[in-house]
Amino acid sequence: MSGSFKLDGREIPFRDGQTILQAAQDAGQDIPHLCYHPDFKPHGSCKVCSVRIDGRTAASCTTPARDGMQVDSNVPEVNEERRTLLQMLFVEGNHFCPSCEKSGACRLQATAYQVQMVSPHFDHFFPDRPVDASHPDYLLDTNRCILCSLCVRASRDVDGKNVFALSGRGIRTHLIVNAASGRLGDTDFSAGDKAAHVCPVGVILKKRVGFAVPIGQRPFDLAPAEE
Amino acid sequence: MADVTLPAKFRVATASLAGCFGCHMSFLDIDERLFDLVKHVEFDRSPLTDIKHVGKCDIGLIEGGVCNTENVHVLREFRHNCRILVAVGACAINGGLPAQRNHLPLEGVLQEVYQTSPGLAAGLIPDDPELPLPLDKVHPLHEVVHVDYVIPGCPPSADAIWSVLGDLIAGREPALAQRLIHFD
Repeated sequence: MSGSFKLDGREIPFRDGQTILQAAQDAGQDIPHLCYHPDFKPHGSCKVCSVRIDGRTAASCTTPARDGMQVDSNVPEVNEERRTLLQMLFVEGNHFCPSCEKSGACRLQATAYQVQMVSPHFDHFFPDRPVDASHPDYLLDTNRCILCSLCVRASRDVDGKNVFALSGRGIRTHLIVNAASGRLGDTDFSAGDKAAHVCPVGVILKKRVGFAVPIGQRPFDLAPAEE
Repeated sequence: MADVTLPAKFRVATASLAGCFGCHMSFLDIDERLFDLVKHVEFDRSPLTDIKHVGKCDIGLIEGGVCNTENVHVLREFRHNCRILVAVGACAINGGLPAQRNHLPLEGVLQEVYQTSPGLAAGLIPDDPELPLPLDKVHPLHEVVHVDYVIPGCPPSADAIWSVLGDLIAGREPALAQRLIHFD
């Protein structure tokens, strides 16, 4: 089925099988998102792309577009919910932007700017999360993991290596590495992998390039995610 | 929303808790706008005045997180005396760099710093009763007292600080433009 729907009052055409987010992006209108990536099957876990569809809330990355639907995205109530979701992501992990190599190129941070988040608001968990520096070329710092599963999907679906997985449930969900030792250095993960390039935050980081691009000149410093 | 009705000339206090004074340096970076500012404000406790205790103020600006008992005392004194309390910078907002010790046991941190690090003579962990005791964890300000407004950044740019102060001086609800919101 194809047709069109209204997103924040603007008519958005869609093709058969497209989700709301895909159709919106094709029409040049972005919806804030974190765990969605156009190269992979939608995961629908972060909920940052949630929109109001005829008054009901749903993730736009997993909801198929339907003819005639009324979708609200960039409205105060929805952005307020996005801000709250982002604040919870910030306090659940250890997100110290000033000392993070991904700062300025981080989608979590850029999305927070996008929805005018100025503080994490909630009490911080300050969790104890491991850093794995065993791989010769890549660092794995799970302090910043937001469980988007993009590395899991990339390694499984594109690289065919299954290097990563999410383990545990609820607040104990965490990223694990598929090796008896649990260390990245003991897998066949390599720089050519798709999984090495999809992390939206500062978990999977290339070694020996830290601060090659100064803070202030990084991608989202130059062009915000979306005004 | 805090009461933003302010007198013609109002008192401002500033302090750095577990911070590096970088936010204060950025505050000074408002440069010649300081001349406009002093028409509107007079300073109470601040590194600029060296007054030791905060008196009744309209605005308190605090950089740094809360890492020891003295920080708790100063922060509570500010909250008690300032009509509007503003958390300035990453450390005041989320603990920042000092909070990166939070997943480590405090005893182990003190032992590492004073006793077991390579190159140290076997020393003592300082225990003079005049020294404030370190807290188990470093906390952002809002986990200890109510905070009215925040200015993110490490440090916040002079423009961001000026924007919030300008809004408060004008009696407006502070609202940072998206280009002034930075966490680094």
